[in-house]
Amino acid sequence: MANYRRDIILFAFLAALFAVVFATQGTAYSLRLTVEATCYAVIALGLSLQWGTAGLFNVGVMGFIAAGAFTSVLITYPVNDAFWAGDGPALLGFTALKAAIGVLAIWAARQTRRFGFPAWLANLLTLVALAVTFLVVSADLDIAANVIEKEAEWVGGFGLPVFLGWAAAGVVAGVIAWFVGKICLGLRSDYLAIATLGIAQIIKTLLKNADWLTHGTLTVSPLPWPVAGAAETGFETARATYLALTATLLVIVYLLLERAWHAPWGRMMRAIRDNEDAAASMGKDVNRRRLEIFVFGSMLMGTGGAALIHFNTIFDPSGFIDLNHTFLVWVMVILGGAGNNRGAIFGALFVYVVWTMSEPLSLAFFGQVRDLGQAWFGWVAPDDLDSRAISMRVFVIGLTIALVLRYAPQGVLPERLSRKG
Amino acid sequence: MNELIFFVNKALISGFVIGSIYALGAIGVTLVFGILRFAHFAHGDLMTVGAFVAYVLAAAAAAAGVTAPVPLAVVVLPAVIVVTAVMALGLDRAFYRPLRRAGSPGVVLVMASIGVTLMLQGLIRLFAGPRSREMYFTEPKDIFRIDIPGAASKIVVTEPQLILFVFTLVAVVALHWFLSRSRLGKAMRAVSDNPDLARITGISIETVVRATWIIGGGLAAIAGTMLSLDVTLKPDLSFNILLPIFAATIVGGIGQPYGAIAGGFLVGFSETLAVFNWSVLLRPIARFTDGAFEVPAKLAFVPTEYKLMVPFIILVIVLIWRPTGIFKGRVL
Repeated sequence: MANYRRDIILFAFLAALFAVVFATQGTAYSLRLTVEATCYAVIALGLSLQWGTAGLFNVGVMGFIAAGAFTSVLITYPVNDAFWAGDGPALLGFTALKAAIGVLAIWAARQTRRFGFPAWLANLLTLVALAVTFLVVSADLDIAANVIEKEAEWVGGFGLPVFLGWAAAGVVAGVIAWFVGKICLGLRSDYLAIATLGIAQIIKTLLKNADWLTHGTLTVSPLPWPVAGAAETGFETARATYLALTATLLVIVYLLLERAWHAPWGRMMRAIRDNEDAAASMGKDVNRRRLEIFVFGSMLMGTGGAALIHFNTIFDPSGFIDLNHTFLVWVMVILGGAGNNRGAIFGALFVYVVWTMSEPLSLAFFGQVRDLGQAWFGWVAPDDLDSRAISMRVFVIGLTIALVLRYAPQGVLPERLSRKG
Repeated sequence: MNELIFFVNKALISGFVIGSIYALGAIGVTLVFGILRFAHFAHGDLMTVGAFVAYVLAAAAAAAGVTAPVPLAVVVLPAVIVVTAVMALGLDRAFYRPLRRAGSPGVVLVMASIGVTLMLQGLIRLFAGPRSREMYFTEPKDIFRIDIPGAASKIVVTEPQLILFVFTLVAVVALHWFLSRSRLGKAMRAVSDNPDLARITGISIETVVRATWIIGGGLAAIAGTMLSLDVTLKPDLSFNILLPIFAATIVGGIGQPYGAIAGGFLVGFSETLAVFNWSVLLRPIARFTDGAFEVPAKLAFVPTEYKLMVPFIILVIVLIWRPTGIFKGRVL
């Protein structure tokens, strides 16, 4: 029987922390905090799977969260009749058809090598096919976008149940991860970091600017809830049922991950992480396994992001920021202990509470500084002191990352090493 | 003719300007990548820090009544380079060296550099606030208009752009001389090629590391200052400039300073040419052919708001077809 004393102490401490929050901040607010924390825990489990189990360095968590959240919005938001009645669907259909023909042409150009075409000619044909497809499709899409924005503002959703939306969120995040991983996973981990950083920025730019598809900065709200909303059952009951749902999701994900961790699959993953060459010499397909785990982790991020965004009932692309949705998750994982699922959950819940509570605290602190500075030294604070106070938290996140890496690289709940055999 | 001059102004000159900035940043990143073997994510913020140091020193100079024919930020640039280089050394000593000594894998250093990025960002905004500033105090921003015979419009070059051309040229020549002639430069290339072999031939790794940070920090200071002289001083440069710089580094081949310069210009020109409105150039051709085809009002490969996609696509293409980069760097 392994020693669980540390786990018990830490989670008891966490329970006490939440009890204090509930006692001082009011039930409705605390429930909101807890729901968001559990959503973050699902996301953190995804990152812990990628980083702790496989050593994959993903700094584009925000991108996968945003992609998942948007997918879920598209699936579940009520149908926009003005869009379906107009020319938009037909135009989009034609664009999709042209894109499909283009993809076929690119594929055909790649296949010309089989008929004895020299490599440079095949490459040239591929490039030409790519360029023509890109130009034609982007021109078409531009026209379609203008028509849709004029007729119906944006495409609206499909009005399907929320659970389908969450599942689709995971699938889309996974598909994006598959493409990124396919390109980068054969190379050193730094490349994956650079590429994920880039893809996250690009997903955000797309969501912000493609008004016809995402309603852009005009935001989409209210998003449907998977459970009865506040209007029907009251604030606290509604939030409590939502919490029950996300907590169940978290527990299911946790149990599945624990099962995978102890299964031969998990052992193989750790073997690959610890010594890639040895694992490869035992006949393990290193890159394929990494791709698998990268896709799984990103799916969790997508689903977690969807759960988070539905709870807040508003989809705002500018609301996704690196700090809150990438680096905060990183702090959760490395503070809690990479390669330990309970550590990731502890880190997520703990860090989220501290993070949320630190906002009013830092504002209060800087307000104090302003008053005292004025009273004692006649110092006139700049008007934007409040937004500067927020940036102090950026500094603290960075410092936490640097310090944890240096002094406690294992986190508070280190990975459990099997002592068997 | 007017259209051609518009093309020179909007595409070539701005491509050269942004390409120089990327090149100066990418040299630092590629040296750190080659010698210390990790992707330094805090480089964009090092540039911002350099620009802010320049702002503070120039403001102090302006308050002291110093006047000069060039912008004050350029006058104080040597001091800015020193301060930023010292800061880079300090960051290394405080955050990267302990991890290196502990034998941490490269990924941990990458993450530490992300921590440093966030810290720098937080500090900059804490002290300077989120708004952007002008880098000019007493002196006007000179603009040169060059007449081209037979055309109504003129080629427009601003003073900071000219100074940037000069600085880039000087930096590239000096770097070439340093890496190919000086003892330390040769030692740096040796460590970049094979650290173990370099160590047993008696090269001090610590000295090489120090030189790397000084060069990287100094060039970042120049790039940051010149960029904010050309546009404005913004506190949120970091991630937007990081992706093109990394793309330039990888295109040029990791550990290849000349490759980084070429990559920087390649990425810079691709960006400006991709967002350039090609209708401007097609219109006279359409006139010439007597309206045989119609030119749309706007014809760019990529809309301006998706500019960031250009370096990313370049990155993806290079990673798929030639992960070593065009100058045959390493795949680490």
